[in-house]
Amino acid sequence: MIYYLGAFGLIFIGLYIVLVKHNLIKVIIGLSILNTGINLFLISIGFVKKGTAPIFSHPGLKAIRMVDPVPQALVLTAIVIGVAVLALALSLAIRLYQHYGTLNLRKIREQKW
Amino acid sequence: MRRIISILLLGIVALGIILTLVKIPFGVSKTKVGKYYIDKGVEETGVTNIVTSVVVNYRGFDTLGEVTVLFIAALGLGAVLSTRKKKVKRKVEPASLILYTGCRFLFPLILLFGVYIFIHGHLTPGGGFQGGAIVASAFLLIYLGSRERRIGERGTKAIESLGGLIFVVVGLAGLVISGYFLRNFLPKGIPNLLFSGGIIPIIYIAIGFKVGSELAGIIDNLGGAVSRLS
Amino acid sequence: MIFVTLLVLVMLASAISACVFRDLLNALIASCLVSLIASILFYFLQAPDVAMAEAAIGAALTTAIFIIAIRRTKRYEEDEKNN
Repeated sequence: MIYYLGAFGLIFIGLYIVLVKHNLIKVIIGLSILNTGINLFLISIGFVKKGTAPIFSHPGLKAIRMVDPVPQALVLTAIVIGVAVLALALSLAIRLYQHYGTLNLRKIREQKW
Repeated sequence: MRRIISILLLGIVALGIILTLVKIPFGVSKTKVGKYYIDKGVEETGVTNIVTSVVVNYRGFDTLGEVTVLFIAALGLGAVLSTRKKKVKRKVEPASLILYTGCRFLFPLILLFGVYIFIHGHLTPGGGFQGGAIVASAFLLIYLGSRERRIGERGTKAIESLGGLIFVVVGLAGLVISGYFLRNFLPKGIPNLLFSGGIIPIIYIAIGFKVGSELAGIIDNLGGAVSRLS
Repeated sequence: MIFVTLLVLVMLASAISACVFRDLLNALIASCLVSLIASILFYFLQAPDVAMAEAAIGAALTTAIFIIAIRRTKRYEEDEKNN
């Protein structure tokens, strides 16, 4: 249950940073925290009490209680894609800084709301 | 004003998430499909790491799409950061002797560990994605230690394309030989041995090379331009 | 169980400090700590594959990419009053 609490806290803090902060790099840090929170949430859904990792490390092992492998497979690829998308976002931020000379979202034209 | 609206919105979202979370019990087996993979996975695929069998075999087509997303993200980063300016001779301060020697000592060890991780992906925890990330962090060490040396852009692109090509060609071979895409057409062998699992180790090694060269290319693209500007 | 609770509390505290810090490098190190503790929690949740990926990517590569990006832009966050 404490895992749900941690995942929920991370999602909440990440969303708060994304919505409130003005600095573009800070917003991207918030996205990274949000990403970690969602991954933690998915993995803790698949957990089974007193289960073992889904790996038959020696031949005679019987599958009595094992945690769910499907969320682990999803999260595994999600982490790797997350870093690539983060790098793309950072490169866009670098370009915006070179063009406007600031990272403040309020000062960048056409971005006001 | 804007902050108040944001916090109000956040409160609504948080309420929704809490109402969802209390309905989900913790620590109980929930899906039938996971149980099926655990029960039948070893005899159907010949791979002892069930996560690997889900990533590469049961959901191999999904993984192909994800690898494509990774490729497009790296490509987009290169396109965004490319400049038409001429390359200025870089005057970089060389790293200190301790950093240089340490990086030279650690680089082959980390590279070896990464390769071990993705060759044994079907037996022990690990696999192409993790091994590729470890290999890329070894190249990060080169970027720190000896700054005048750059990772060749052409080399990373070539290895990356080769990895993707191997994935697609193995999938198409399954289509030609036995009827559907990514079919495991090689003999499965005995579980718990290195040469087992048919096409799964081949695809995972290809993914490892692809992910490693892609992440190293991202570091090179982002970091190579730093010294060009400053 | 107490250990896990302590880890979750430290993780949330470093996430909050990532939100509060004005210096972007400090905020970045705090978010790196979040990833590192998340990888330990993945290990306790019996997911060694995911723990390995998170430790290699979340704690090493993401931090490096952010540091390079901060070096090419500005290090300090501006005051929010003057806008």
